[in-house]
Amino acid sequence: MTISSTGELPLTNEHDIVLGRQSVRRMAQQQGFSLVDQTKMVTAASELARNTVIYGGGGVLKWALLSEGIKRGVRLTFEDQGPGIANMELALTDGWTSGQGLGLGLTGTRRLVNEFEIESTVGVGTRVVITRWK
Amino acid sequence: MASTGFLAVALKSRRPEILSQWTEQLERASASAKGRVSAQDLKAQAKDFLDVLVSTSQTQDTTDISAPGWQPVRSFLEDLSRQRVLAGFSSDETAIFIFSLKRPVFEALKKESGKDSEGLSEEMWKATELLDKLGLHTVKTFQLSREEVIGRQQTELLELSTPVVKLWDGILALPMIGTLDSARTQIVMESLLQKIVETESQIAIIDITGVPTVDTLVAQHLLKTVTAIRLMGADCIISGVRPQIAQTIVHLGVDLQGITTKANLADALALALKRNGISFTKH
Amino acid sequence: MDRIPILRMGEFLLVTIQVDMHDQLAMQLQDDLTRAIDKKGAKGVLIDISALEMVDSFIGRMIADISGMARILDARTVLVGMQPAVAITLVELGLSLPGVATALNVERGMVLLRRLLAESSGDDHFINR
Repeated sequence: MTISSTGELPLTNEHDIVLGRQSVRRMAQQQGFSLVDQTKMVTAASELARNTVIYGGGGVLKWALLSEGIKRGVRLTFEDQGPGIANMELALTDGWTSGQGLGLGLTGTRRLVNEFEIESTVGVGTRVVITRWK
Repeated sequence: MASTGFLAVALKSRRPEILSQWTEQLERASASAKGRVSAQDLKAQAKDFLDVLVSTSQTQDTTDISAPGWQPVRSFLEDLSRQRVLAGFSSDETAIFIFSLKRPVFEALKKESGKDSEGLSEEMWKATELLDKLGLHTVKTFQLSREEVIGRQQTELLELSTPVVKLWDGILALPMIGTLDSARTQIVMESLLQKIVETESQIAIIDITGVPTVDTLVAQHLLKTVTAIRLMGADCIISGVRPQIAQTIVHLGVDLQGITTKANLADALALALKRNGISFTKH
Repeated sequence: MDRIPILRMGEFLLVTIQVDMHDQLAMQLQDDLTRAIDKKGAKGVLIDISALEMVDSFIGRMIADISGMARILDARTVLVGMQPAVAITLVELGLSLPGVATALNVERGMVLLRRLLAESSGDDHFINR
């Protein structure tokens, strides 16, 4: 698997979320994703970017365009040095749509992508990595 | 950083001879190509590949072809594989392109080595390793390409075999036939949603009369499709639910959440017409 | 500061969301809309999202909130024009927007609103004014 290009975008405010979304849309288009797959990736990115800004106290989005032979993909890493997730199990439940849960929407987001990894330590920060392949 | 040794030098300074010997080899091998690629094209491909191989080897270490510096060479081989797949070649016929380069390169190395026999065996080993790796990369991307082409053909076939039909103004039908699998259902559903928007249809009838069995995944996909249709502002009726499938759905514990089902397409159409406020009178 | 305009469509209000929503804009919209429903005595609100290529949980919540607020003010809300890719994604995300009526476009939305209002005209009101 090779990484054809990488970059970083700040996620400190709402405006950054909007810019982040637009960049992810462009990346998904560049990698030849179908419209539905583009939308899924952009939506997942929007959810995670929002979490980073609002719950993580701001952070960064690191992106990478991948290729494995003919397959092409996009990998996004959302990092913050925020409070971290105290109860991972709760965060990963589907409760948020009905107003319960922490509003993090992680299980829904997970269904939008092919690969999903999350690491979080209380008092240190959180890191979420999502990957989608064409 | 380029590797030590005279492989790179040999490739660069003896390029014309390598090219002509290689082209000869390729022509001989392609006696079995059965005209799938013209002699002219083959020559051009050989020349182009040799150009990019030579220039890359001048600055890159030949032991690691996965390094970013080797991207142009890898891309060339990926494009070549894709073309070969579409032209109907087999993977070994495609790999011959690389492996037939060995002899000409060895000849060039022999001439370049002069009296340095130890250096010669070292460089020949490097060359073998390099060409083997490139050959394997070609085969690998050939296989991936082939899978992608097959996948695409299957998708096209699916779309053709499951057309969305307009039954009436504002009423679409999607007759599904044969076993439904996850991938197929998704593709078909996406095109149904698109058609709903394009035709501004109020009701979509998904007919599963021709579907022998339904498993949990497919039932879930059907459910997701209906939910999506409703979010868009249209509605959905599922027709052709046979007793067996009804049993499966209940046993699987799938909640149809108020989706209307009808035993057959005719009943579904009658209901759809009624909902759209259309009635017929006999004369 | 930009705001999302609220237009009058007969006896209803129409909101067309075209730009990327952010917190301030969403709150401003909710504020403006509730005021407008009250001031104009509007009975129905149409939210047109046909230009949105993405709807995430934030926008979803905003729409559900608007629908809830409007209901309390005795107005119904219809969401129109959701794109297929957006609908598929929302379902996958797990957002089903319960209690929000939908229609294919503004025209159909108005037909639906009229029907909803006609149906509920015989209802008891739980809010004493």
